[in-house]
Amino acid sequence: MSAGKKHVSKSEVEHIAWLAHIELTEEEKELFTEQFNRILDFFRKIDEVDTNNVPPTYHVLELVNVYRKDEVGEPLPKEEVLKNAPRREDDFFKSPKIV
Amino acid sequence: MEPYLGGSSLMRLFELNAIDVVNGIRRRDITAEDYICSIIERIKALDGKINAFITPTFDLALEKAREIDKRVEKGEIVGRLAGVAIAIKDNICTLGIRTTCASRMLENFIPPYDATVIERLKREDAIIIGKTNMDEFAMGSTTETSYFGPTRNPWDLSKVPGGSSGGSAAALIADMATLALGSDTGGSIRCPASYCSVIGLKPTYGLVSRYGLIAYANSLEQIGPLAKSTADCALLLSVIGGYDPRDSTSVNIPLNDFFQGLTDDLRGLRIGLPKEFFGEGVEDSVKRHVWSAIHVLEGLGAVYEEFSLPSLEYALAAYYIIAMSEASSNLARYDGLRYGYRVEHDDADWSRIYARNRRIGFGAEVMRRIMLGTYALSAGYYEQYYLKALKIRTLIRREFEEALKRFDVLIGPTMPLPPFNIGEKIGDPLTLYMCDVLTVPANLTGYPAISVPCGFEGNLPIGLQAITKPFNEDLLLKISFALEANTDFTRRRPNLS
Repeated sequence: MSAGKKHVSKSEVEHIAWLAHIELTEEEKELFTEQFNRILDFFRKIDEVDTNNVPPTYHVLELVNVYRKDEVGEPLPKEEVLKNAPRREDDFFKSPKIV
Repeated sequence: MEPYLGGSSLMRLFELNAIDVVNGIRRRDITAEDYICSIIERIKALDGKINAFITPTFDLALEKAREIDKRVEKGEIVGRLAGVAIAIKDNICTLGIRTTCASRMLENFIPPYDATVIERLKREDAIIIGKTNMDEFAMGSTTETSYFGPTRNPWDLSKVPGGSSGGSAAALIADMATLALGSDTGGSIRCPASYCSVIGLKPTYGLVSRYGLIAYANSLEQIGPLAKSTADCALLLSVIGGYDPRDSTSVNIPLNDFFQGLTDDLRGLRIGLPKEFFGEGVEDSVKRHVWSAIHVLEGLGAVYEEFSLPSLEYALAAYYIIAMSEASSNLARYDGLRYGYRVEHDDADWSRIYARNRRIGFGAEVMRRIMLGTYALSAGYYEQYYLKALKIRTLIRREFEEALKRFDVLIGPTMPLPPFNIGEKIGDPLTLYMCDVLTVPANLTGYPAISVPCGFEGNLPIGLQAITKPFNEDLLLKISFALEANTDFTRRRPNLS
């Protein structure tokens, strides 16, 4: 398949990966740049469609807002909540250094 | 392998359909324990080469079977799925049972609660026999992107079983489970149903609760049944369907009776055949088998007409833009803090650890979709990609609405080509995405759709897809029943001994 139009450069892929919080190797950056350009080329097929005055469909149901009663329920026990945490300290999730 | 000779019966109990299992247990013709043992022996004998299960749950299953037998002995009334071995796709949360999404990210995740569908299965005394293999986070059409290795197609071990619910479909047709649950975001129930020759139904958006389904693309996906007979499919749907206040997109309307319409009298049924479903890119062999099934339906009184859905040409691109955008947002939660993969040495700053957890925790296809979704939603591109795709979704919906005023049901193939070799397409993402071209419209519109076995090309299964108006699943089951009653495809099994 031909490479088509260039939609993203390698440095843009680096920027997207940074936004998405995914670390990439140099080889992955090259590979994803090539693949993204082909996929985005295919996506741009939608440019052919005239969508003037067409509203977007975010959701297929005619729902506006669904509210529930603001009632206190039974929470999970603390041990259950912490059970899957990779690191914990006492009754807390242990985070990496933030500042 | 020696067939298991359960209790007093010489029958291969693993071959029974769900309705026969329930009736057999209630009438005390068979015990739940004998039947579950025969399923367990079957899995032990076969799953080494098929790899349909990530986490089998044999001990829990046996314990539950013995409990059901005791209750039957005491004369208690047992549930509508009493004793039935069900395989659960591994993106549906099960209390106390590891739920991995076939990802390294969730390799050790044990949910502290049951999904609503699991609660409903337990209430009817179904028995969970294991958690099934899938594409990582349900992102794929072949079950090759699983962290736990690919599932193989029981009809030909060199072929893919379809995906992403490939483990569920393969387990069923290999008689390693009697029922199965899958999830369908862009065809993930119907594709493996077609490739493994079982019945798979994607319900109307909102019919089945998504509470406890690990999210990939919320506005598109539904949990649904896979089964080896239409009546079993109807039974499972009637158990899992219905309003759930814990899912704000669950629809509060009464469930249809899914059994009432199971006849093969199709007089007056109007079938629409979208030309685009039989167009370029759909293999001739597939068209031939679907056409012979259409003639079967015609012989039962249905009439058909070809017509066009011009916007379908844009459905696949719109689908992938929307699915990836939603994925990028949904999967942002995997930071390795409260659960999920965390690197051993985490003394660097937060954002580097976060990015490193994700590069090691996620496979390539998941990273690709998160990044492309991030791009489609980012400043400057949002209108060009995401918003434009949502507008095309409106056009497709309108065309389907119009078409289903003229016709009762739309029919075409489920997949554009028969099952292909493992490894054949996985290196080329775009070519693989193209396989979903006929299944994604039902997700974009929210309409219900079913895949039913309709033929074999050599020994490889072909599936027919039927799509109809919201909340008309009973009509899809009627068509499935008509094909099942008038062809033998649903009764064929792969030679696995």
